[in-house]
Amino acid sequence: MYVAVKGGEAAIRNAHALLAQRRRGDASVPEIGLDQITGQLSLAVDRVMAEGSLYDRELAALAIKQARGDLIEAIFLARAFRTTLPRFGASVPVDTGAMRVRRRISATFKDLPGGQVLGPTFDYTHRLLDERLATQAGDDADRTAAETTTSARPNVPPLPPAGEGWGGGTAPTPDASPAGEIPAPSLPSSDRTRLLPSSTPETEAGNIRLRSGRGFTGARVHTSGEAAEAPAGPMPRVTDLLGDEGLIEPAPADDGTPPRDLTREPLSFPADRPLRLQALARGDEGFLLALGYSTQRGYARTHPFVGEIRFGEVEVSLHAEELGFAVPLGEISVTECQSVNQFKGSATQPPQFTRGYGLVFGQLERKAMSMALVDRSLRFAELGEEKSAPAQDEEFVLSHCDNVQATGFVEHLKLPHYVDFQAELDLIRRMRAEHAAEAEAQAPDVAEAPHKEAAE
Amino acid sequence: MAALAPALSAGFADPVHDAQRAFAALMRAMAEPARLVPLASALAPPAPLSPEMAAAALALLDYETPVYLDATLAAVPDVAAFLRFHTGAPLVTDPAAARFALMGDGAGLPDFARFAQGEPDYPDRSATLIVQVARMDEQSEGALVLEGPGIKGRRTFSAAPLPADFGRRLAANRALYPLGIDLILCAPGLVAGLPRTLAPHTQD
Amino acid sequence: MGPDAPVSEPKTPPPVPEATADSTERQAMMALYARATRAELEAAVERFSPLPQVRKLRPPEAGLVMVQGRTGGDGAPFNMGEATVTRAAVQLEGGATGVSYMLGRAPEKAEAAAILDALWQDPALKLAVNDALAPIRRRLAAEEATAAAEAEATKVNFFTMTRGED
Repeated sequence: MYVAVKGGEAAIRNAHALLAQRRRGDASVPEIGLDQITGQLSLAVDRVMAEGSLYDRELAALAIKQARGDLIEAIFLARAFRTTLPRFGASVPVDTGAMRVRRRISATFKDLPGGQVLGPTFDYTHRLLDERLATQAGDDADRTAAETTTSARPNVPPLPPAGEGWGGGTAPTPDASPAGEIPAPSLPSSDRTRLLPSSTPETEAGNIRLRSGRGFTGARVHTSGEAAEAPAGPMPRVTDLLGDEGLIEPAPADDGTPPRDLTREPLSFPADRPLRLQALARGDEGFLLALGYSTQRGYARTHPFVGEIRFGEVEVSLHAEELGFAVPLGEISVTECQSVNQFKGSATQPPQFTRGYGLVFGQLERKAMSMALVDRSLRFAELGEEKSAPAQDEEFVLSHCDNVQATGFVEHLKLPHYVDFQAELDLIRRMRAEHAAEAEAQAPDVAEAPHKEAAE
Repeated sequence: MAALAPALSAGFADPVHDAQRAFAALMRAMAEPARLVPLASALAPPAPLSPEMAAAALALLDYETPVYLDATLAAVPDVAAFLRFHTGAPLVTDPAAARFALMGDGAGLPDFARFAQGEPDYPDRSATLIVQVARMDEQSEGALVLEGPGIKGRRTFSAAPLPADFGRRLAANRALYPLGIDLILCAPGLVAGLPRTLAPHTQD
Repeated sequence: MGPDAPVSEPKTPPPVPEATADSTERQAMMALYARATRAELEAAVERFSPLPQVRKLRPPEAGLVMVQGRTGGDGAPFNMGEATVTRAAVQLEGGATGVSYMLGRAPEKAEAAAILDALWQDPALKLAVNDALAPIRRRLAAEEATAAAEAEATKVNFFTMTRGED
């Protein structure tokens, strides 16, 4: 039987007011600003953008603030917001080959054209808590002094003003990054070169040089003597280097079919690879990490190598129906991971390396790697491999990787279930009564003797 | 580069609210079939596209809805430019590929079978025909007597110009249910919905 | 919208835009507007004051673009996630129609970009618009140089003992 709850409205209002107060925390401490979140918690912002499936740094920061740092709640807020906006179209697929690379490493080749760029990475840090970060902001002078005495930090020019990028934000003055302090590297000259990289002679030249080499071994190795070479030049993908010798499978061809979109049609199985990649790109990092880990531990062993990870900015453009051409919209940051996996070959195919692919918004290396591992394991059928593990089961993986769906279904359990539970309660009482009656019927001597005594 | 017409007509002045008002009128028209629902449109689209049809188009079309124009509308390039600019909808020449069809000439309505009828699993994958007529009313001589969900009893409905066999076509369309097409009729200041659930009353 | 449910039948992809010299130049300008700040674009518009009457053909509107990537970096496309976008269109009295699309939610910036796009289409003003964006180019070049230099400083130079070639 359902018992109506009264007074909920006031209690809920008060709970929300309390939530707002707790969110704010100690009022004597300055309130956190969105610029602080985008600038100083940028990887949390990246995660909310990736799993919220909405690239907008300010919105993600707002969601994090509103959610008190609960990232899944923030992702939920981002997903809810996106439903309020009309969609103008689908972009021209981004070209990660033309990325302005801020980090790029390969675990398979130490010498590769374009070089290995560590960029802003946690790799090789000692994972020791840095007491200096615990001090209040404002003593920048101390920080700088401390850093200059640490030889670990390379001599780099001052960072550009934060907060600007592809979207709104504040306007730094044009000369905020004094050109005079920029060390040696001279960039491929004009702005046009960088703004339309795919049509520039520099890019074409770079590609030609790459393709004419004898795979990776034929390419020039980057040495310190060549350090002045333009760092913004194109960096060939490791998979292209292997591809030249047929050692690795090519990427699946683009036959012009628009990819399925799980935000437009409900997920259905079997899912093709583009649909799987969409689900993985917005999937929960923790879930995918665990699945990727499971493949390494022997559940669907796929022997992965990280062929390449690159992080940087790519240009997004949209074909505008009314203009008849693709409009450049600005740049977004993405992380790409190419995994290279063993493949023994089959009756029709010689042995060669196969690939897993990860591509996510922001600098989310762990997520991109996990995505590549799971993408590869989900390809078992196509590659004639045995199915033996959860990470190969696309229905299992894709149906459970979305943390907004998952949290919705798990968390709904705490909402009033009084009617359901009342029914269960009645059922259990009835079953117990039947159970007792049965027990009585089956063991009349044992059961009835004390009864009689008691009755007497 | 597709050059824009030198004087492209403006879209909704208040995109969100104007689109919502037009959508609400269309939704009401579909919920109460064959009822004349007022639709005020401040748009000044290129002729022969009417302001009411333009409002319906701007409210319903987007880049995911291929649209077909009949010969009357396709004959004026400004109409296509207007729709392409304000909705982003791809224009198709094959009626079967269209999710919406804009019909400038009510009398010349092509056979409904030429448009997408939906699929048994997805009846919604069908076409909606938006048809311009000069007038609509509810009590003319020789009006259709219609019945179906959303109509209590029967409702008389008349519009012109429409093909002489329009009633028979509605009956044939009803017979395909749950497949079939839906119709939205636009007249000055008015819209009316004639969904596939509607059928002319048959004498019993 | 009732009968207007998701389209499942494959649509023909947009035709590959013909890269006319004019549209390539216009795209390069649009790429700059997209990466400029609101203040920078408004300052550029200010240089053309007084402007002819501006008709808002399409008031600034925020929306989404589904960003696509390619499987393996260069293969079949897939949907990666959406990004916020603002677009606007204006018509200058007696002049061209200017259109803008850019990432982010930035109505004023989108409108300023649409005005610049309209001005740029006037052959008499093309060079002046181009010049008005010089400060933006300088800022972007300086930022890029800084970022590239920062990345360059983290480049690993491996020295191998034997290389088996040369």
